[in-house]
Amino acid sequence: MAEIGLGHYLTLGAIIFSIGIMGIFLNRKNIIIILMSIELILLSVNINLVSFSIFLQDLVGQVFAMFILTVAAAEAAVGLAIIVIYFKNKGTIHVEKISSLKG
Amino acid sequence: MEYYIVFLPLVASIISGFFGNKISHRLCEIITSLFVSISTLLSFYIFYKVITQNYSNNKIIFNWISSGDFYVNWSINVDPLTSVMLVVVCFISALVHIYSIGYMKHDNHKPRFMAYLSLFTFAMLVLVTADNFMQLFFGWEGVGLCSYFLIGFWYKKKSANNAAIKAFVVNRIGDFGFAIGIFLIFFFYRTLNYNEVFELTPSLADKNVILLGIEFNLITLICFMLFIGAMGKSAQIFLHTWLPDAMEGPTPVSALIHAATMVTAGVFLVARCSPIFEYSQTTLNLIVFVGVITAFFAATVALVQNDIKKVIAYSTCSQLGYMFFAAGIGAYHVAIFHLFTHAFFKALLFLGAGCVIHSFKDEQDIRNMGGAWKKIPKTYLLMIIGTLALTGFPFLSGYYSKDAIIEFAFLKGNTIGLFAAIVGIFTAFLTAIYSWRLIFKVFHGKYNNKDNNLSSLHESPATMLIPASLLAIGAILVGFLFKDIFIGFNSRIFWSNSILFLKSEQIHHAPLWLLIITPLIVVLTIPIAYYLFIHNQKIIKNLVFKNHYLYNFLLKKWYFDELYNFIFIQPIKKFGLFLWKQGDINVIDKYGPEGLSKLVKILSDKAVNFQNGYLYHYAFIMLIGFSIILTYLILY
Repeated sequence: MAEIGLGHYLTLGAIIFSIGIMGIFLNRKNIIIILMSIELILLSVNINLVSFSIFLQDLVGQVFAMFILTVAAAEAAVGLAIIVIYFKNKGTIHVEKISSLKG
Repeated sequence: MEYYIVFLPLVASIISGFFGNKISHRLCEIITSLFVSISTLLSFYIFYKVITQNYSNNKIIFNWISSGDFYVNWSINVDPLTSVMLVVVCFISALVHIYSIGYMKHDNHKPRFMAYLSLFTFAMLVLVTADNFMQLFFGWEGVGLCSYFLIGFWYKKKSANNAAIKAFVVNRIGDFGFAIGIFLIFFFYRTLNYNEVFELTPSLADKNVILLGIEFNLITLICFMLFIGAMGKSAQIFLHTWLPDAMEGPTPVSALIHAATMVTAGVFLVARCSPIFEYSQTTLNLIVFVGVITAFFAATVALVQNDIKKVIAYSTCSQLGYMFFAAGIGAYHVAIFHLFTHAFFKALLFLGAGCVIHSFKDEQDIRNMGGAWKKIPKTYLLMIIGTLALTGFPFLSGYYSKDAIIEFAFLKGNTIGLFAAIVGIFTAFLTAIYSWRLIFKVFHGKYNNKDNNLSSLHESPATMLIPASLLAIGAILVGFLFKDIFIGFNSRIFWSNSILFLKSEQIHHAPLWLLIITPLIVVLTIPIAYYLFIHNQKIIKNLVFKNHYLYNFLLKKWYFDELYNFIFIQPIKKFGLFLWKQGDINVIDKYGPEGLSKLVKILSDKAVNFQNGYLYHYAFIMLIGFSIILTYLILY
C-alpha cells in the first residue's frame, strides 16, 4: 500500500469542495443545508492549506487555516442569525419559497 | 416707396395670419384690404411716373447670396414691364380683398383667408420685382405655395385637398424644368442677374452643348427649359390639368390667382426673358405652337362644360394661349397688353360668377340656373360687360388686345404666323360662343333651380358689387386708354430696355378685311348664340345626339385626365405601393427598427429567466462564470 501523499490530501479536498458546491445548488430543502455546504467548502480549502503547509514546510498555511476557522465560525453565527430572523418574518426557510429577488 | 408696395402686403399677412384670432376678424379684413389698397395707390403712382418720365430704378434691399463669383441680391427692380405687373397685381388684389369681405362673410376662417391673399400678393410682387433669376424663383415658388393654400382653403372638402395637391404636383413638373433652366444659365453665364445674363446672351448665341448625347443649341435649351416652367405656371396644354381643378378654391381666389395674376407669371417670364428668347427662333416657334393649341383646345372644352367656374377657367387657359402665341411671334408687348386687359375682364368675370354663385346659394351648375337677369340686374350687367370684353366686342378692352395679337400674327408673314392667326380667329369665334352660352344659360331662358325659388334670389352685397364695378370700368376702358402706350407706334419708347425686340420695327398696316373680320364674327355670334341656346335648343340637342362621341370627348376635356391617369398615375401608384409594401414594410421595417426591437424583446425575455430569485440558481451561475474565467486564465 502506497504512502499517503500530497495527492491524496488534495483529492480529498477537491471531493469535499465538490460536495459543498453540489450541496449549494442541488439542495431544494432548507437554507441551513446551504450554510453547511459553505462550511464544507471552507473546510476543503483548509485541508488544502494544511497539506501544502506540511508539504512546503511552511507554517503560514496552518496559521491561515486557523484564521479561516475563526472567520467560518463567525460567518456561521451571522448566517444562522439571519436565518432565524428570516424565519420569524416569513415563517419559512424553505429554499424553493425564497424568491423575492425575482426580477 | 417701392418698399411699401412690396412689404405692406407682407406686414398685413403677418398681422392677419398670426394675430388674426386675437384681434377681431373685422379688423383683419380692414388691415389687409387697407394695406393692399395703399400698395395699389403707390403702384399707380409708379406706373404714372414710368409712363411720363420713363422712370426706372433698381433698389437693392440687401445681398442675399455671395459665394465665390456667385452673388444675388434681394432687390426691387422697377422698369416698365414691372410697373405694368405691379398695377395689375396690386389693383386686382386690392379689389379681391374687398370682395372677399362680402364673399367670405359666413366663413369662420376669415383671418387665415385674408392672410393667404396678402401673402400671395407679396410673393407675386417679389416675383415681378426681381432683378435676378434666384429671386424670381423665390417668388415663383411663393405664389405656387399660396395657390396651394388657397385652393385647399376649405380643407374639409376632399376634392379641394386633391385639387390643391394636383396643382402643386403639376406645377412641380414645370418648376423642375424652370430650375434646370436656371442651373444652365448659371453654369454657362456664371451669373443669375438679369442685366449680366442679357448682356452675355448674344455672345453665347452660337454655343452648342451636348446633353444625353444629342447636341443642342445652348440658348434654345435654356429657353426651352424656362418655357416648361412657364407652361406649368400658366397652364398650357399638357400641364394645364391643374387649372380647372383649382376652381375648388373660393371664387375670389380663382379671380386673383387663377385668372389675373399667378397664371400670367409664365407670360411675364417669357416677356422678361425676351432678350434670351429672341435668340432662339426654335423655342419661339414652339411657344407659338403650344399657345395656339392651348387656345384652341381650351376653347373647345369650354364649349360644353357645365360648371360656371370651369367654363371661365378654360376660358382663362385659352386666353393664356393667346398671350403665349403673341409672345412667340415676338410681340411681347402685345402679350403683356393682353395680360393687362385680360386681368381686368377675367377677374371681373370671376367676381361676377362669384356673385351668381352667391345669389344661387352655392349652386355652380349652369344647368340649374336660368332666367335670373331680372332678379339680379347688377350682376347681370357686370357679367355682360365682362363677356363683351372677353369676346373682343368692338371698343372694349379685349377687342384691342386680342385683335392686336391676331394682326401681329398675320403680319409676321410666315407660315406659323398665318397658322396662328387663322386658329386665333377661329378660337375667338369659339370664345364668343361659349361666353354667350354661359350668359344665356345663367340669365335667360327658363328658371331651372329646384332648391331655391326665383323670388329668393337676391343681389350680392355692396362689398362684392363695388369691386366688380371698378373692374367693369377697367374692362371697358383700359384697352382704349392704354393701347397707344402699350402697343402703339411709340410703344418701344415706353418699354425701353425691359423688352428686347431683335428685329427692327416694321410698320405694316393690316389689311382692312383682317381688321374687320374678328369683331364681325364676335358681333354676329351674339344672335347666333341666342338662337342656339334660347330660341331653338333642338338644334344643339340634335347636334349633341348625333355627335355624342365628340361631345363626350369635349366634356371629358379631351380625356387628358384619364390619359395621365393611365400613363403616369397608375404605374407610379403601383410602383409606390410596391416600394411601400415590399420595400419598406417587408424589408426595411421588418429587419430594421421593428426587427431590432423584437430581437431586444426576445433577448430580454430570456434574460429575465436568470433573475428568478432562487439562491441555488445564482450560485450555479456564479460557479459556471467562475469556471469559465478560470479556464480562460489557465489556458491563455
